[in-house]
Amino acid sequence: MGPLERLGRFSAAKFGEFGVRMAFIGETLCETLATVFHPRRFRLGDCALAFERASFDGLPVTVGVGFLLGVILAFQCAAALEMFAVEVYVADMLAIALFRELGPIITAIILAGRTGSAFAAEIGTMKVNEELDALTTMGLPPVRFLVLPRVMAAILAMPILTVLAELAGLVGGAIVLSAMRVPTEVYWAHVEKISTAGMISFGLAKSMFFGLLVGLIGCSAGLRTKSTADGVGSAATAAVVGSIVAIASWDGIIAVVLYVWGMMGI
Amino acid sequence: MERSDAIITLSHVNAGYPGAVILRDVSFDIMRGEIFILLGGSGCGKSTILKHMIGLNPVLSGRLAIDGLEWGPKTRAQLTRRIGVMYQSGALFGSMTCLENVMLPLEEFSKLKRRERVERGMGLLKSVELGDAADKMPSEISGGMRKRVAIARAMALDPEVVFLDEPSAGLDPVTSYALDELILRLRAERGMTFVVVTHELPSIFKIADRAAMFDKARGGMVALGSPKALKAGSDDPFVRSFFNRGEVHG
Repeated sequence: MGPLERLGRFSAAKFGEFGVRMAFIGETLCETLATVFHPRRFRLGDCALAFERASFDGLPVTVGVGFLLGVILAFQCAAALEMFAVEVYVADMLAIALFRELGPIITAIILAGRTGSAFAAEIGTMKVNEELDALTTMGLPPVRFLVLPRVMAAILAMPILTVLAELAGLVGGAIVLSAMRVPTEVYWAHVEKISTAGMISFGLAKSMFFGLLVGLIGCSAGLRTKSTADGVGSAATAAVVGSIVAIASWDGIIAVVLYVWGMMGI
Repeated sequence: MERSDAIITLSHVNAGYPGAVILRDVSFDIMRGEIFILLGGSGCGKSTILKHMIGLNPVLSGRLAIDGLEWGPKTRAQLTRRIGVMYQSGALFGSMTCLENVMLPLEEFSKLKRRERVERGMGLLKSVELGDAADKMPSEISGGMRKRVAIARAMALDPEVVFLDEPSAGLDPVTSYALDELILRLRAERGMTFVVVTHELPSIFKIADRAAMFDKARGGMVALGSPKALKAGSDDPFVRSFFNRGEVHG
């Protein structure tokens, strides 16, 4: 195979893959609209189960990582601010960082690692076991049956996990600062003063968008699982890597758009 | 049987995947109420034909119709209600009990109330002699039982044709024999058409009315008729070899 043929095959494969992803997004959109008009078609039980696994089961790790993040950030910032005797402003920095960026991003990355990979593995295993073929021949579109409940669960789980991770981070910061003799009341007063409803809502809206990304990418990877020995493992890896790249990319895009629109101060 | 009794018609079908024709110019009819076997060595394309028949993959060329309807976006909903499929692995949903698996098509496509759905689901499970496994998860039952639950699920909407992909694969001879008995009994009780992919000779001779045999090397259908007639009267050395000495790996 010559270099030109290799390039041609590579391009054809990439275009084909792009087409498959676009078809998946289109089908998901159509099924979502159909479900809006026929809500009884939505598989609420499956969504509740996926929500429980994504949120409650993921609570300890999310809260734990959020707490440690708060502790680490507080130590790092306090070390610098202590030189100017303004370590109390660590509270302001932590609140802004957690509510606007770190809370949603860290939670989304944890969701991608736990839930996105689980979605890909579950659906991938179903594909290998011919369960997706069974759904298709029963006239049940796998996207409606499997994807919509999981994506909805991820969207709903994200704000809950994000708020708890952010609160845990702030508690971590409070513990560090209290060890540095900053009164806890002063710390929380600073947090309260700097946190606006707009900032918190923006972070939560972003977290729901990240939930959508994780859900879509995880399910899409599962549906594209190959029937090989490492098929399910590769799908889970693709789900995690794809989700993290998408989260970072979209967070960057959102930051640029907000800057251009002069809305960075939300 | 009259030709008008045909429920599935394949006419000059090229079977395979885009860019890879596996079987060329395949033509045959499957009659109503018949147990029809798709037969051949490993990799000969019998499962590929089955995937065309159940609408998972479109035929490459030619015409494949179920009761006059070809698979397409406009006919898919209608055709999926008229067929039932049992996959080689059973393909039961692991997060549902056996009863929930059987009730799923009823839940989605019938207007029955929950109590009626449960009654019907239990009736189907009892018809495959698994009434006591209703509340068990698929992982808690044996491979043969999973296949019987899958048959019950395939029959949930009273389809006209039931497709069975390698029902005997991975089963011991006793369980395989029981499954053959079940297929014969269900055909007698419900009058459904069964299309079965298999290469198990004992099953073929026990249940088949007719069989179509495929050869990978020649890339097409090489024989059509009742298994006994094919064994006794075929001039084709491949067919004779298959029936007299066992399976030919193509």
